Amino acid sequence: MMLLIQTTLELGLISSLTVLALFLSYSMLNVCDLSTDGCFTLGAAVGAMVALSGHPILAVFAAMFAGVISGFVVSILQTKMGIDSLLSGIVVNTGLYSVNIAIMGDSSQVNLNKVKTVFTMMRSLFDKEGNTALGIWLDWYKTLTVLFFVIIVILFLAFFLRTRLGLAIRATGNNSAMVKASSINPAFTTITGLCVANAITGLSGCLMAQYQKSANIDIGGGMVTIALASLLIGGVFMSRGKIAKRAVGAVIGAVLFRLVYTIALRFNMPASMLKLVSSVIVVIAIFGPYMRSRYPMFMRKLELKKGYAGERRDENA
Amino acid sequence: MLKIEHISKTFNPGTINEKVAIKDLSLTVNDGDFITIIGSNGAGKSTLFNAIAGSFFTDSGRILLDDEDITMQSDHKRARKIGRLFQDPMLGSAPGMSIEENLTLAAGRGGWLSRITKAERNAFKEKLSLLEMGLEDRLEQPVGLLSGGQRQALTLLMATYNPPKILLLDEHTAALDPATADKVIELTKKIVEENNLTCLMITHNMQQALELGNRLIMMDNGNVIYDVSGDEKKSLTTEDLLRKFKENAGNALDNDRILLS
Repeated sequence: MMLLIQTTLELGLISSLTVLALFLSYSMLNVCDLSTDGCFTLGAAVGAMVALSGHPILAVFAAMFAGVISGFVVSILQTKMGIDSLLSGIVVNTGLYSVNIAIMGDSSQVNLNKVKTVFTMMRSLFDKEGNTALGIWLDWYKTLTVLFFVIIVILFLAFFLRTRLGLAIRATGNNSAMVKASSINPAFTTITGLCVANAITGLSGCLMAQYQKSANIDIGGGMVTIALASLLIGGVFMSRGKIAKRAVGAVIGAVLFRLVYTIALRFNMPASMLKLVSSVIVVIAIFGPYMRSRYPMFMRKLELKKGYAGERRDENA
Repeated sequence: MLKIEHISKTFNPGTINEKVAIKDLSLTVNDGDFITIIGSNGAGKSTLFNAIAGSFFTDSGRILLDDEDITMQSDHKRARKIGRLFQDPMLGSAPGMSIEENLTLAAGRGGWLSRITKAERNAFKEKLSLLEMGLEDRLEQPVGLLSGGQRQALTLLMATYNPPKILLLDEHTAALDPATADKVIELTKKIVEENNLTCLMITHNMQQALELGNRLIMMDNGNVIYDVSGDEKKSLTTEDLLRKFKENAGNALDNDRILLS
């Protein structure tokens, strides 16, 4: 049971990095980046290949850099080449499929068994003779590794989004006319924002590959919907307040989503249902507030209808 | 000095919706000019502003600002030199961000990775207190919570934070209630005078057009039909304006929001 909770937490935290990426691109920049799936796989592929060559830490940076390139392409398509923002994400996502296969050496999967990863490195850090103080953490070395990255990304976002560049990125999603009036090119802020967001997505993919000791071409399938669902769940708890607080909310959302999924699995829901569940959550999370705003109007309509029916009944009587 | 030389702009050329918005318009705005602009619906007043601000490029002609050719300069680059307010108070600020965050972007000081400093915050407070709206105590509140008048006043402050070479006011008080509109006009006058700004202001309020500024321009059918300044402008009445319009345009001033008093 403990192991189950631990695994849930770990997987939730890994995907929370993608949620934080969407927190930047979707919540701040107001761009729905549909290349997220491909970028996650890209991060996994690059992360796995570089780890395979014996450099697990370099793999992390390489995966993030690959994410930057992917984000750069997506943003150039939408800001400089007149392609709709949703379409440019889809186009890049499709293209990345081939790129990812090529990166993994013309194969659809890479195995990392017995390969040094950031997780095994963390383990060997704790697992030293006579190191009793750290020893009690040994069981949690994977969780700690992921948590380390999550905290760094949250701290980075909390800092970055309050710098002038970060403010400009937030304003771009909020009112791009105002950004222009401040002599800032919204194309520049969109490009920067998407590069940073996709670097985080790449990191997320890389950690996932090293965590499960393998990368495959489907590793990022549906990630954008899962992350969006998590983000919206997180928003239910912490939609207002400081950036750091909202970022933590996004992480909580990711872990909660994973928890719900794990519980559903315990009740014998087939594993393949994950994606349907995430889709339904996204729909509910967006439709919910919409329905709430429409509800009074709907009730009024209903009452009017009833009223008319009543009048007709009276006439007939 | 802003020099506009023979600019033209046609929307949807070659289609059934073709509309010649500006036709061979030339205008020289001297430093320190405060020009009020009046005209019928569709006279090309806002199109002129869009051309100056760079919302689109003109089909022909040149625009020079202090001898720099800005004809093909993109709008965000021009924004360094040209401040602008719209009728809609919502357009000028980011509602989801705080007052100080909005002002930071408008101030545009420091490097990309710099954060708001204490000195900046104090400067913001000082500037905001000039508005006399109590906004100086609400630095961290989102702009979305402000009223239309407060937001327009804030936008005015943002647009003039770094005094621009030209300030464009496109009926910036038309969406406000009369009392608030008066207040924003007073602020506009104060800020323009203090910074000795060169200013162009579109208005549908005849009285305002006469009272404010040192020069008045009447537009019709994509061009300037009457340009008056100095003592001649001071002696004008609203009746004069309507008569002048009829003389020059050949028909009565047709503006569905025109205010005579």
